[in-house]
Amino acid sequence: MDIVVCIKQVPDTTEVRINPETNTLIREGVPAIVNPIDENAVEEALRLRDKHGGKVTVITMGPPQATEALKQCIAMGADEVYLISDRAFAGSDTWATSYTLATAIKKLGKFDLILCGKQAIDGDTAQVGPGIAEWLNIPQVTFAIKVEVDSSKVKVERLLEEVNEIVEIPLPCVLTVVKQINEPRVPSLKGLMRAKKAEIKTLSAAEIEADQAVTGLKGSPTRVVKIFAPPAKGGGEMLSGTAEEMVVAVIDKLRERKTI
Amino acid sequence: MDLRPNPVEAANWKGIWIFAEQREGQVQNVAFELLSEAQKLAADLNCEVAAVLCGEAGIEKQAGTLFEYGAARVYLIEHPELKHYRTAPYTRAITQLALKYKPEIFLIGATTVGRDLAARMAVRINCGLTADCTGLAIENGILRQTRPAFGGNIMATIISPNHRPQMATVRPKVFKKSKVKSQKSEIIKFDPVINQEDLLVKLINIVRDESVKVNLQEAEIIISGGRGIGDPKNFAMIEELAGVLGGAVGASRATVDAGWISAHHQVGQTGKTVSPKLYIACGIAGKIQHLVGMQSSDTIIAINKDPDAPIFKVATYGIVGDCLEVVPLLTKKIKELRG
Repeated sequence: MDIVVCIKQVPDTTEVRINPETNTLIREGVPAIVNPIDENAVEEALRLRDKHGGKVTVITMGPPQATEALKQCIAMGADEVYLISDRAFAGSDTWATSYTLATAIKKLGKFDLILCGKQAIDGDTAQVGPGIAEWLNIPQVTFAIKVEVDSSKVKVERLLEEVNEIVEIPLPCVLTVVKQINEPRVPSLKGLMRAKKAEIKTLSAAEIEADQAVTGLKGSPTRVVKIFAPPAKGGGEMLSGTAEEMVVAVIDKLRERKTI
Repeated sequence: MDLRPNPVEAANWKGIWIFAEQREGQVQNVAFELLSEAQKLAADLNCEVAAVLCGEAGIEKQAGTLFEYGAARVYLIEHPELKHYRTAPYTRAITQLALKYKPEIFLIGATTVGRDLAARMAVRINCGLTADCTGLAIENGILRQTRPAFGGNIMATIISPNHRPQMATVRPKVFKKSKVKSQKSEIIKFDPVINQEDLLVKLINIVRDESVKVNLQEAEIIISGGRGIGDPKNFAMIEELAGVLGGAVGASRATVDAGWISAHHQVGQTGKTVSPKLYIACGIAGKIQHLVGMQSSDTIIAINKDPDAPIFKVATYGIVGDCLEVVPLLTKKIKELRG
């Protein structure tokens, strides 16, 4: 079973800087990690490979420093990794990102399953996974909390607001996973050594044969026109007194505000 | 790959659509919230507001409520394959509808259904999509979509100037729903062409979670428990307070990871984003990942033993104390008040 996992390198910090000219985020200089939910996607792929055979290929679209994120996936046990990197991809929104990743996946060959984290912690859009599925014209199931592969189809349990849904989807397909699906492994020493020595293959826009009219900022339908700090939350009030006094006081306040 | 032409002739796309998400035949509240907000935008654009309602035969009877919240028109798609939401048949049907009637703006609730559908549709139609918006406005005829990013640490305003429709998913509970009689109430029926290839994903079963009594994202009041409640059985005390207040039970990630309560209750970045009128955090320290999911609540009460817990930074009212003492006291006093 050949699996591709799409990951994203995201800032490890809540500190963000903005390029005032392009209105895009400057990622350089900010410590970076593998998007946490993408680690769950990698973990799930490794478990499926270990059970059913095949290989796990991890790809990411990003700047050269995203090789670090791919190395971590090698350390976890990924068989192959590719960095999809080109200036032509800079400023991509979710539409252009999903186009680029789907184009790279096509270029890399045939796959049975494509796994993504449900969303990245920086953008929080949850749009790239379904976007890839649409570009590849294959079915998708989002928010997977349990995945069981049975020859040519997958039984997936989806974590929805109030219920879980059990669905069956044929391969090839795209699944996005939620954090609760598994506990990502800690890389072994051997894995870390392998990652250290690994050379990361980079694929450019030309190498994946992407149509550069639809990549990057130029190919993105959306534009960020303004970035600003959220309105500061007014300082709260700490109540004092005995537990009973505080409870009485807070109920009075809620009634004043007509909250209850 | 089929690269559809862009940009479009914006002038040919008119009106604001909202997606009237239904579950088990009931239109969800977020649809009414979208209708109310859409009317403000429509006033600026001097256009009409329409709702898109999909379901099996008979879903038409839900159209009445959509008119009550101001829809001038309901596009009705009745089809046996649209009874329950599934990505492919819904994407197929609504994309066909949108390409035929060409709305300028299409708003969809940022629920699990809405986010799954909108993401797929935006690529198929070749239009921009902004996720999980909390603010919408019209400027120079363009929809300005504002949303939190980086865990709520920044706000971004995003536009799709050259593509239509301008699509956004909108966070539930951010906009208030209000009834208003629409000028007209027209139903336009649409027959989609759904192919075999749209039916590859099969719904096998829906597993209900008996512990979910009130949907977190629809709740006006949420009482959440964290590690500080000390023991899984103490969720009973949280449930009791929720019961008295008619609220929903929430939980921190730590309690879900520890198996104290099911994932349907989890609030925060990897759980749900909620913005109720009242959020009571009991024994929750308030990691940034939790705060992101609840800090837009109108009123926040934090109860925690540790006076330095970060939850107090976002709390409207803070109570430093043991929730095992404070929460039952709160339940008792509210019960007394209500006689």
